[in-house]
Amino acid sequence: MTATAAAASKGRSTGLLSLFTLGAMPSKAVRGGLQVASLLVPLLLWTTIASLGLVDEKFLPSPQAVFRSLASMAESGILFQDIVASTGRVFGGFLLATLLAVPIGICMGVYPAICALCEPLIAMLRYMPAAAFIPLLIIYLGIGEEPKIALIFLGTIYFNILMVMDAVKFVPIELIETTLTLGGRSRQVLVQVVARYSLPSIIDTLRINIATSWNLVVVAELVAAEVGLGKRIQLAQRFFRTDQIFAELIVLGLIGFAIDMGFRLLLRQSCKWAV
Amino acid sequence: MELIVENLSKRFGEKLILDHLSFSMHSGDFMALVGSSGSGKSTILRLIAGLDQPSSGSITVDGTPVSGPGPDRGMVFQKYSLYPWLNAAENVAFGMRLQRMKAAQIKERTAYFLEVVGLSDAATKLPRELSGGMQQRVAIARALATNPSILLLDEPFGALDLQIRESMQDFLLKLWQRTGLTVLLITHDVEEALVLAQRVHVLAPNPGRIIRSLDIDLDKTNLDQLRLSSAFLSMRRSLSATMRELEPALCLVKPC
Repeated sequence: MTATAAAASKGRSTGLLSLFTLGAMPSKAVRGGLQVASLLVPLLLWTTIASLGLVDEKFLPSPQAVFRSLASMAESGILFQDIVASTGRVFGGFLLATLLAVPIGICMGVYPAICALCEPLIAMLRYMPAAAFIPLLIIYLGIGEEPKIALIFLGTIYFNILMVMDAVKFVPIELIETTLTLGGRSRQVLVQVVARYSLPSIIDTLRINIATSWNLVVVAELVAAEVGLGKRIQLAQRFFRTDQIFAELIVLGLIGFAIDMGFRLLLRQSCKWAV
Repeated sequence: MELIVENLSKRFGEKLILDHLSFSMHSGDFMALVGSSGSGKSTILRLIAGLDQPSSGSITVDGTPVSGPGPDRGMVFQKYSLYPWLNAAENVAFGMRLQRMKAAQIKERTAYFLEVVGLSDAATKLPRELSGGMQQRVAIARALATNPSILLLDEPFGALDLQIRESMQDFLLKLWQRTGLTVLLITHDVEEALVLAQRVHVLAPNPGRIIRSLDIDLDKTNLDQLRLSSAFLSMRRSLSATMRELEPALCLVKPC
């Protein structure tokens, strides 16, 4: 007792080191400061390097140049067009993957027979890189929106299925059996209990996996596209516009971050009981 | 209501879990099955609930063989039994919703059964805001709300602290006395069985079988007095001795 108290007071007295005590929880202000620093420090570093001219501006454009490029793209409407095109593809493909993955994953998690039937195939398909399907998709679907949406679909559905399946396995068997003894039918159990109980994990799964679809949309646009954030990056490379590449990368990061926050908000709003 | 269990046996693979069990219950009975772990006591309850199928023998309710789970046999598990996203009232209403009862009737019955278990004030609380004892009372109210002809309790107070367990026993006994429920209780706790049940069966493990049955005709108006009465204590000693003899020699000195 006294030993731990002594250790704790020692931990406090050493200040910075106490942040690395296992189980220690720094105050809200400290955590907020660290979170701001997480973005601010790299930005400062970048500004310093650029303003000192340590790296050729062709390779590392200054933050100001990147911002100017961002502003001009926004002004001309290109940026908006690109964002709409890319997010449309991401949401289209990911929505399809989700609509199929959630019911399949739930059934695989609940019925061992369905799991045995599907798991080996999915485990193998999962290891085929989605990008390797691009040539086939172009042959099958042409070079319109379909192959891009299909690519995102293929690249996320297997992970979604397997992670939903795992989430479902955490539903306490007592809860399922209670529902049966209350007169619940299979469909009621699946929808009203299994799916509902796993909803927080499912939302979290989607939050993590939608990041993959951002990777894939850029890959898809590199191959064949008129507009899109990935396409713009490729065009910028041809004209050596690194400032534009940086701008588009930052936009990709920000949108991804916003989507992540959106899912977190959805989780907090829809599953208050679990957070 | 008449529940008849006849020559009930259950195997899991090669292992015999239950060996030719027979007993019967009528409306208003309160029966307890006492056994240590490995006596298959939970298996019996699961078979009656229809969550497992017997290997041989039969279970009938009013002459109809049990073929699967149904709301006529309400069940309360030891834990994890409330829907964590629903508040107490919604939990109680859940079974009635599954059966598509009318909304007005659900509302009325929910309020009634919350009151029966003394939780009207906690109606809008989520399970995680309720104590363990309150959670089990909600689970009991939920099972009762679907109007079962028998209530199956699988160590319902096993996860609770001793003091709370005793007050829950008082609660359950009063509930039974007031409502004329039919209750089948599974427990490893000899005292719990004696306090609550009219009839107690002792199960021996490996394979599970009934080795002793006794009727309890004690005065149960005051449970605190009952727990200290000599009649109760001698019954308890006798049953505990029976249970101890079933255990493989854990201690070398035989208890006197």
